[in-house]
Amino acid sequence: MKLSGWGNFPVHDVAMQTPRVVDEVVSSVHAQDMIARGNGRAYGDSALNTHATVNMCGLNRFIAFDADTGVLTAEAGVILGDVIAAMLPRGWFPWVTPGTKFVTLGGMVAADVHGKNHHGFGSFRHCVEWFDLCDAKGDVRRCSRTQNADLFDWTFGAMGLTGVILRVALRLRPVETGWIRQRTIAASDLGAVMALFETHAAATYSVAWIDCLATGKDLGRSLLMLGEHASAYETPARLRAKTATMRQKRRLRVPALLPGGLLNRLTVRAFNAAYYRWGAHNAGSRIVDWDSYFYPLDAILGWNRIYGRKGFTQFQCVLPETSAHDGLEKILKQTALAGMGSFLAVLKRLGPQDGPFSFPMEGFTLALDFPVSPATTRLIKKLEAITLEHHGRFYLAKDSHMSAETLRASDDRIADFTAMRDQLASTAVFRSEQSKRLKI
Amino acid sequence: MTKGPVLILGARSDIARAVAHRFAAMGHPIQLAARNATTLAQDKVDIELRYDVPVTLHECDALDPASYSACVDGLPDLPEIVCCAIGYMGTQAENERDVPMAQTVLRSNFEGPASILSIFANLFEERGFGTIIGISSVAGERGRATNYVYGSAKAGFTAFLSGLRNRLAGKGVHVITVLPGFVATQMTQGMDLPARLTAQPEEVATAIANAVRRKRNVVYVRPIWQLIMLIIRSIPEAIFKKLKI
Ligand SMILES: Cc1cc2nc3c(=O)[nH]c(=O)nc-3n(C[C@H](O)[C@H](O)[C@H](O)COP(=O)(O)OP(=O)(O)OC[C@H]3O[C@@H](n4cnc5c(N)ncnc54)[C@H](O)[C@@H]3O)c2cc1C
Ligand SMILES: NC(=O)c1ccc[n+]([C@@H]2O[C@H](COP(=O)([O-])OP(=O)(O)OC[C@H]3O[C@@H](n4cnc5c(N)ncnc54)[C@H](OP(=O)(O)O)[C@@H]3O)[C@@H](O)[C@H]2O)c1
Repeated sequence: MKLSGWGNFPVHDVAMQTPRVVDEVVSSVHAQDMIARGNGRAYGDSALNTHATVNMCGLNRFIAFDADTGVLTAEAGVILGDVIAAMLPRGWFPWVTPGTKFVTLGGMVAADVHGKNHHGFGSFRHCVEWFDLCDAKGDVRRCSRTQNADLFDWTFGAMGLTGVILRVALRLRPVETGWIRQRTIAASDLGAVMALFETHAAATYSVAWIDCLATGKDLGRSLLMLGEHASAYETPARLRAKTATMRQKRRLRVPALLPGGLLNRLTVRAFNAAYYRWGAHNAGSRIVDWDSYFYPLDAILGWNRIYGRKGFTQFQCVLPETSAHDGLEKILKQTALAGMGSFLAVLKRLGPQDGPFSFPMEGFTLALDFPVSPATTRLIKKLEAITLEHHGRFYLAKDSHMSAETLRASDDRIADFTAMRDQLASTAVFRSEQSKRLKI
Repeated sequence: MTKGPVLILGARSDIARAVAHRFAAMGHPIQLAARNATTLAQDKVDIELRYDVPVTLHECDALDPASYSACVDGLPDLPEIVCCAIGYMGTQAENERDVPMAQTVLRSNFEGPASILSIFANLFEERGFGTIIGISSVAGERGRATNYVYGSAKAGFTAFLSGLRNRLAGKGVHVITVLPGFVATQMTQGMDLPARLTAQPEEVATAIANAVRRKRNVVYVRPIWQLIMLIIRSIPEAIFKKLKI
């Protein structure tokens, strides 16, 4: 069947199987040359293998919950949104969440996802107690900080290339309500927003949306959004009662693949400018529900279709603190110059490096969406070069364009990673279209 | 108000699982019946953890009438709602040549489900309320060369449900016939189904939950199928017999 990642690019004809129980996964590993797939929210080809793509969404059972420690054990195909739906009414929330709740626990481990609290808490690995992994020999191994500790470490960020994650034990965070105290601060340019991140380093959550078509003295103008879990005391009584019973909101659905031209320079520019003005006008504090705060895009199901049939890609890099300002300025200028603004331009302060192969490092990460086109390919090449000059690296969960050479130039951990893969005999067994392209 | 239990027959099916989750999320206790029911132990834990409702497991084989009464007697309570997802398609080529195989298909989709639901129909009638949901198929709307063994069994089941509804109307017991088109499940795994016409199991569950609430009689999953079947039914037999569909 034809399959792609969230960006609808690239599309591959893959053989997909959907196991319903762990034993079926273990026997599929003997088939060799395969990759696990979660809910397909990685943008590119991380979760595609033409030979065998193992859809883990059929392995989606909750296994146990310890109300004393807040540790939930579940199969790897469980969707994060289902965890929230079941556990928030009991006073628990994930410690780390990406910008969509439609990801699986296995996918969160494989990409070692970071959330808006990375600067304080670190990546997903910090709330995982252990996981079970099916290795290249078809053996199921329990991995934790004390058991198979190396495999535990390497699997975070390895994008499925160490084996198939079967079960995950995940520590949840106690919360009093499902409400977030959000504070929005307008920043007039790049320097201002970077300084604001430092000023508000103690905030639990922080993320900035950048108007990536602003130029000149407005370059990098942004809205910084800070967030704190609201205590019961801080939450107005009429809202407090709603938390437990909060129903899924009505969602919009983008109907079918739209013609690609809908998002052009004009519409994107108009949207960005209006959004900035609206945000600056409404700057200040308010209480918002967890869903609107963490997952604004989830309200529009299938929003990836607005980019049309050719699909889109996300460019996401991280630059170390010292060279970040310079590098980000060049990236934003280059993007504005190409007239290729993206609706989603997100800037985030990251904390220290998390593990031997995870994406985050101390510095700033920027994510930009572009429709797939020859012009985008050219722009991405330029943005990659700027990133390399400034000692940055790229997020594999978003990538669909990078070359094996660029990856190696950006990340000196590749040799160790491939050596580890060889040692585990997993190089020929766990492969994705991405790993083939990147030669890892 | 405490909600009544929902019994799911053929509980390992993907559609059945989605239906169980949907009713559990509304607070109904769940009774899962299947052959080799012990293998559903993980699903029981899953539903109990997610929705905080009691779940029980029950052995029931549609091909073994002797298992019916043990299944019914083992239920902690007579359910408020029973939903039958039992079904078996086989392959048409095999069903044409292999008589025992064709019989298994006929019995799994018609005889078995109809017999079990008869038991609940009588118990519900006696009690004075209840809802019976049968998952049949659009394949039963007209026999086609590519699928008529399965289709004819579903046609029988659809007719059975319609008769049951007629009999129990006015007795407080409501009967719902569910007619899915394509659904992405184990049954259709590996088939190249058109995405626009193919529902996810969760959509079937939603359609069923809505049908219970609104007391609908016959529901198609994805409305387009109602139109498609209207057209397919209205093609004159002289033409239809020559078509390859
Ligand atoms: C709107 C949106 C916002 C996002 N925001 C963020 C963000 O803020 N921070 C962030 O870090 N990421 C973010 N992402 C990326 C996303 O979190 C990751 O791509 C995540 O891995 C997707 O999970 P998935 O279950 O959909 O996995 P898939 O996309 O299906 O797979 C992703 C990778 O995980 C591997 N994998 C999946 N399941 C398993 C398993 N059981 N065993 C082994 N390997 C497995 C696959 O092989 C593949 O390499 C965002 C994505 C979207 C669409
Ligand atoms: N998928 C579709 O496109 C589609 C379309 C229209 C209608 N339907 C109908 O929807 C219902 C659910 O099917 P599904 O798509 O979810 O497929 P499925 O996963 O194959 O479900 C069928 C279930 O029926 C059970 N079953 C078969 N024979 C049985 C027997 N003798 N006794 C007890 N249980 C038996 C199977 O149990 P075991 O696991 O023990 O074999 C299986 O769990 C079926 O009635 C099917 O005909 C499906």
